[in-house]
Amino acid sequence: MTDDDRQLRVSKIRNGTVIDHITGGQSLNVLAILGIDGTSGDSVSVAMNMPSERLGRKDIVKVEGRELSQEEVDVLSLIAPAASINIVRNYEVVEKHRVERPDVVVGILECPNHNCITTENEPVESRFAVTDDGVRCEYCNTIIRDDLPAHILAE
Amino acid sequence: MPSAVVVFPQPPFPPAIASMAGVVPAWDLNPRSVRVGGFKTIGSAVPCEMRHDHIISATQLTRADIEAVLDHAADIAEEPSAYADRHSDKLLGMLFFEPSTRTKMSFTTAMKRLGGDIVDMGSVESSSVKKGESLADTVRVVEGYADALVLRHPMEGSAKMASEFVDVPLVNAGDGAGQHPTQTLLDLYTIRENAGFDDLTIGIMGDLKYGRTVHSLAHALTTVDARQHFISPESLQLPRSVRVDLHDEGADVREHTDLDEVLPKLDVLYVTRIQRERFPDESEYRAVAGEYQIDADTLEAASDDLTVMHPLPRVDEIAHDVDGTTYAKYFQQAHNGVPVRMALLDLMLGGEQ
Repeated sequence: MTDDDRQLRVSKIRNGTVIDHITGGQSLNVLAILGIDGTSGDSVSVAMNMPSERLGRKDIVKVEGRELSQEEVDVLSLIAPAASINIVRNYEVVEKHRVERPDVVVGILECPNHNCITTENEPVESRFAVTDDGVRCEYCNTIIRDDLPAHILAE
Repeated sequence: MPSAVVVFPQPPFPPAIASMAGVVPAWDLNPRSVRVGGFKTIGSAVPCEMRHDHIISATQLTRADIEAVLDHAADIAEEPSAYADRHSDKLLGMLFFEPSTRTKMSFTTAMKRLGGDIVDMGSVESSSVKKGESLADTVRVVEGYADALVLRHPMEGSAKMASEFVDVPLVNAGDGAGQHPTQTLLDLYTIRENAGFDDLTIGIMGDLKYGRTVHSLAHALTTVDARQHFISPESLQLPRSVRVDLHDEGADVREHTDLDEVLPKLDVLYVTRIQRERFPDESEYRAVAGEYQIDADTLEAASDDLTVMHPLPRVDEIAHDVDGTTYAKYFQQAHNGVPVRMALLDLMLGGEQ
């Protein structure tokens, strides 16, 4: 019996996106940010805390039937800066790239300032400028430096 | 009619932010193209530019913007009658979601002194807001009634959000603990008149954490290269976001808990009220607030040329015995709200001579 045989392996996807090298433990937040909750019926595989030479441990997410755009995935850099994106068509990786830090994130995070207008019932999405060491609300200027996942907007 | 002249540029965000957010980066057009001449010349044949610039934050004001408004305010103060019919066909929409006496009255006075008039939403209790209308809806309705809007609202970011929903110019008259840029302009006007901007050392004392007046003023003072001393109890120091900005802008800022050590160096002492509701109990409030009150005795250590300012209303942070001294400029400061707001409204409304 080889090592491979004893591991439960996540099957390859036919068409879709594989997000690899996600910071260990962050895959559920990645899915939350991408708005993937399984209701579409397409298969979604999640592997958490896999051994990784580069990261120590990493998460992997495989999304069948959906090709994520660069804009969609760049926001992941806030919680998984090392993540890599593989676009798969007919079992082949046709595109591979890293996430890049965006200049602004819209509608992803909730402003922690309860007195910020974006937390009210107004027709406006939250908007944060991404700075070197955090993000900053473009409405009330509140800065978030730590624990960004805790501020992900609940759908 | 208008060419795209941006006199009050938005913060210089990299164009990438603007384009990603799907908005036109208006500040990218030519942020430094401040046209002073067009509106400075009274009775000039040169028509003013039609203006659609929102005044949301002191951080958007360049030194040239500030000087242009203050120069214009000085011209108006010198000969107010020359402006009496300037905007006789214009209406200013007043949206005050919080009580206000001097800001609201001075905007009203300024608009009427320009020959225009106001339309007032009235108090929140008697308005559609009470029925649960969103701010975005309220401003979209009222922009149809008025040529410009003035907004005071208890939540931070409200003015910026509101400005995204309207095409008429909108002035932030205070958004929660955020910004109050027109107060800043009248403060700067008073400072310039009394102490000048050259080699200026200013102390700002009191509630620096929640005081929006202070936040706006600190940005603008950085723009005019003033040395700033902040004097407050530790629990009411400047918030992180403001400190980060001032640091990024290269401000000359020092923080103190005691006025005595800096008072003799100051050209201007700007006092703000410490509010009872910032403290868990009455005795703690009294103990702390008492440390940051001044009277005529306190000021004996000050320079003879010291200018004492206060955005008002005061409670007891400046004793009445200061009122009669040459230091006291806070009533003059309040009066300056009229020419400064006249200048601002005139610039925003533009229009033909």
